[in-house]
Amino acid sequence: MSRQSLTKAHNKISELTWEPTFATPATRFGTDYTFEKAPKKDPLKQIMRSYFPMEEEKDNRVYGAMDGAIRGNMFRQVQPRWLEWQKLFLSIIPFPEISAARAMPMAIDAVPNPEIHNGLAVQMIDEVRHSTIQMNLKKLYMNHYVDPAGFDISSKGFANNYAGTIGRQFGEGFITGDAITAANIYLTVVAETAFTNTLFVAMPDEAAANGDYLLPTVFHSVQSDESRHISNGYSILLMALADEKNRPLLERDLRYAWWNNHCVVDAAIGTFIEYGTKDRRKNRESYAEMWRRWIYDDYYRSYLLPLEKYGLTIPHDLVEEAWNRITNKFYHHEVARFFATGWPVNYWKIDPMTDTDFEWFEEKYPGWYSRFGKWWENYNRMKYPGRNKPIAFEEVGYEYPHRCWTCMVPALIREDMVVEKVDGQWRTYCSETCYWTDAVAFRDEYEGRPTPNMGRLTGDREWETLHHNEDLADIVEKLGYIRDDGKTLIPQPHLDLDDPAKMWTTDDLRGITFQSPNVLLNQMSDAERVAHIAAYRANKNVSV
Amino acid sequence: MTEATAEETAEENGEKKQDDRFPSIHFTDAQAGSLEFPSSKSRSYSYFKPAKLRATMYEDVTVDVQPDPERYLSQGWIYGFGDGPGGYPKEWTAAKSEVWHDFRDPNQEWEQTIYRNNAAVVRQVQLCLENAKRAHAYAGWNSAWTSFVARNIGAWMHAENGLALHVFTAIQRSGPTNMINTAVAVNAAHKMRFAQDLALFNLDLSEELEEFDGEIHKEVWQSSPEWQPTRRLVEELTATGDWCELLFATNVVFEQLVGALFRSELVMQIAAQNGDYITPTIVGTGENDYDRDLKYTRSLFRMLVRDEVHGEANKELFGQWLAKWMPKAVAAATALQPIWSQPAEKPVTFTTSCELASQKFSILLEELELEIPKELQS
Repeated sequence: MSRQSLTKAHNKISELTWEPTFATPATRFGTDYTFEKAPKKDPLKQIMRSYFPMEEEKDNRVYGAMDGAIRGNMFRQVQPRWLEWQKLFLSIIPFPEISAARAMPMAIDAVPNPEIHNGLAVQMIDEVRHSTIQMNLKKLYMNHYVDPAGFDISSKGFANNYAGTIGRQFGEGFITGDAITAANIYLTVVAETAFTNTLFVAMPDEAAANGDYLLPTVFHSVQSDESRHISNGYSILLMALADEKNRPLLERDLRYAWWNNHCVVDAAIGTFIEYGTKDRRKNRESYAEMWRRWIYDDYYRSYLLPLEKYGLTIPHDLVEEAWNRITNKFYHHEVARFFATGWPVNYWKIDPMTDTDFEWFEEKYPGWYSRFGKWWENYNRMKYPGRNKPIAFEEVGYEYPHRCWTCMVPALIREDMVVEKVDGQWRTYCSETCYWTDAVAFRDEYEGRPTPNMGRLTGDREWETLHHNEDLADIVEKLGYIRDDGKTLIPQPHLDLDDPAKMWTTDDLRGITFQSPNVLLNQMSDAERVAHIAAYRANKNVSV
Repeated sequence: MTEATAEETAEENGEKKQDDRFPSIHFTDAQAGSLEFPSSKSRSYSYFKPAKLRATMYEDVTVDVQPDPERYLSQGWIYGFGDGPGGYPKEWTAAKSEVWHDFRDPNQEWEQTIYRNNAAVVRQVQLCLENAKRAHAYAGWNSAWTSFVARNIGAWMHAENGLALHVFTAIQRSGPTNMINTAVAVNAAHKMRFAQDLALFNLDLSEELEEFDGEIHKEVWQSSPEWQPTRRLVEELTATGDWCELLFATNVVFEQLVGALFRSELVMQIAAQNGDYITPTIVGTGENDYDRDLKYTRSLFRMLVRDEVHGEANKELFGQWLAKWMPKAVAAATALQPIWSQPAEKPVTFTTSCELASQKFSILLEELELEIPKELQS
C-alpha cells in the first residue's frame, strides 16, 4: 500500500466511528484524569489488512527458526545456567503480556478519542500474540532441554512463588486502579517505552551469548510490535498534558511507575542477565552498562526529558537513584543473592558462581568480591545435601531480609529500609518512594483532591506470612516443587544431575522451621522493634 | 624490541588467538534425554487437566496464564480497584459457574491461528477486489444496487466497528479466565478486520464508480429511520456493564436476529442477482467469522446452562436476558424491512428472510437448552 493510499485508507477507516446519541459505552474502569481539552490525533495508521499478513510473516520467521533450532539440536550448546533462569522468567512474562491485552479496554474507556481506539485494539491483539508465543517458547524449552522440571509446573509456580509475586506486579499494575495510571503511564509510558529495552533487547543478547538463539528470535519479534504501542502511549500522554488538572496526577504516576518498574524489572532482569550467563568476556556489557545505554540515554534523555517543555516535572531524582542503586548499591547483586538464599522455595536451579564469575563481577562492579564473594563461596561449599542445611539456615553472616510492602522485593539495601505503621500494621519498605507509593499515592485522596479511582495495594503481600512457623519440607510439598519421584526437589543449588546423592530431597528439609520477618516484627514490643530496625539497617550482611 | 603480548606469544606457538568479540560456543550436552534423573521425562504442563487425554497447543499456551485465587494464586490479587477487588472478579457478571476454568474455545484460537486465518481472509478479499477492478466488475451494477451498497453495507460497517471496539474489546478484560477472554479478543479482531474491509471496499467503490456516494453511509447510520433501531441497539449493547450479558445479547440475540438477517438472509441472497459477486465475497468473510465466533459462544453458554450447581439459575437468567434483548432486536430487524425493497432484483422477501433467521435462532436456543419464546413458536 503506498503512503498516499495508506493515508486515504486510514481516513476512510476513521469514518467508522460515530457520536452515539441513544446510549454511551459503559464506563467500567474509571479515571481521575480529564480529557476535555485534549487534541484528538492518532499517530498510528494501522490497518488490519496490512497488520495480519505482516504479523503472519513475522510468525513464520519465528517458527522457522524454532524448527531449525530443534533440527540443529541447539540444546547441545545451551548453557543450563541460562535455561534454569528461564523457568522463572518465562513463567512470569506471559502474564504481563496478556494483562496488557486486558488493559486496552481500560484505556479505550478512559480516552474519549475514537482516533486512538483503533490503535489500542490492535495492541490488544499484539499482546495476545506475545503471551502465547512466549508460552510456546517455554513449551519448546520444556520439551528439549535436559531438565524440564520447573517448566512443567510453570504457571502454578508463578502463582504461588515469592518471586512470581514480584513479577506479578508487572501485569497487575496494568489492569487495576485508575485506567490512565494503569494502562497508560505504568504500562505504556514506562514499562513498554523504557523497560522492554532491557527485557526484550538486552536479555536476548545475553541469551545468544549462552547458546540460546530462540529467545532472541521470539523476543525481537515481540519487540518489533512495541514501537506501535509506544506511539499509543505517547498520544494519550500528550492528550493528558493538554489539561493542567492532570499535571499532579501525571507527576504522581510517573514517580510511582518509574520506581516500581525499576524495583521489579531491574531486580529480575539484572539477575537473569548477570547471574544466568557463562559469558564472562571483559568487553561484554554489564547490566549497568546496558541500562545506561537503553534506559538512561535512550529513554530518560531522549523521551522523558523532552516532556519538560510541556511543563511536566520529571522524576530526575528517582532516575538518578535507580542508577545509583544499580551501580553503587549493588541492587541486583543483592537480589541475586536473595534468590539464591531462598533456593529451596524456588522452582529452578541456581548455579554457584565461580572464580571466573568473581573476576568478571569485580571488573565490572569494583568492590563486588568483598561484599558477595565469600557468600557465594559458602553457597558453593553448601551445595550438596548431607553435611549442612540449605544456606539460608546456616550461619554465614547473612540475615534473611524484610520484604518491601510495595514492590515486594526485599529491603536489600538495608540502610534505606523504611518502617512505618500503615493501616494499623508495621510494614517495611525498601525505600522512601515505595513507602510513599503505599501511604500517599495509592490512596483515595492526593494532595487534597479526591482520587477515588486510584488503585489499592491488596492481597497477602508478604509471601512469608503464608508459611510462618511451618516446616520447610511441608511448605515445598504444599507448593508442589517436588520431582516425580515424590521427594527430590525441583530446585537445587547447583546444576549437577548426574548423581542422585547430590540432589536435595524433602528429607533434607524436614525439621527446619520457616518464619516470616513481618509477623515477627509485628509481635515485637516498641523497644524491641526500634532496636531490631537499627540493627537491621546497620548490618553490613557480609559473609566472612 | 618490545615484549610480546600473551596473544602474540600464543600465535607464535601456533595457538589460535581468542577472538573475544564473540562469545565462544561450548557444547553442554543439555539436550533432552542426555541424562536420566527424577522428572527428566516430565515434559508436559502438569498444573491443569486437559479437556482430552493430551493437552492441545491451544491449552498449553492459554490455560492458567491468567491466574486465579482459586487456582494456585496463594497471595491473592496484589492490586485492587479503588472501590473493590482487583484481578478478574467473578461478580462482574450475574451468571455463575462452578467451573469457569473448564471452558475451552472449540476454535482453539492462539497466536498462529489468529494470524493464519485472518491473513488468509485478507488475501481472499484483496484478490477479489483486485480482480473486480481489473474486470471493471462494478460497471455492470445498476443504480439501485449501487445505492443499496452505499447506504446499507455502508451503514452496517459502523455496527461491526462499534461491536469490535466497545463490545468485544471491552468483554475481554472482564471474563474470569484466560480461555474466555482470549476467545473474545479474537472475536474483536474479526469484527475490526471485517468493519475495515467494508470501509475499504467503500473507498474502492468511490474511486471506481462515479455515481457511488462514499459519504452517504454516515448519514444513513446516523439518521435514516430504517437504521436507527439498529444503531440504538448497538449503542445500548455498548452501554451494558455485565460482560456475560453483553456476550449473550450480542452473539446470541443481536447477531442472529439482526446481523445474520442482514448479512446471510439478505445480502448473500440477493447480490448475485443484482450483478454483484464482490459484496458477497466480502460479507461472506464476516459470516464465516460469526460462524466461528458462535462456536465458542455456544460452548460457553452450554457450559453455563449445564453447570451442576448453577445451571437452572443460569437458564432463568438467560431467559431474562432474552426477554430484555429480543424485543429490541426484533424492533431493529423490523425497521430494516424497507431495505428489502431497494434493490432492482428482489429474489427474497423480508418475511422469508425473517422466517429463516428466526428458525436458525430457535435452533440456537434449543442448543443452549433455553425455552423458545412464544413469538418464535409458529
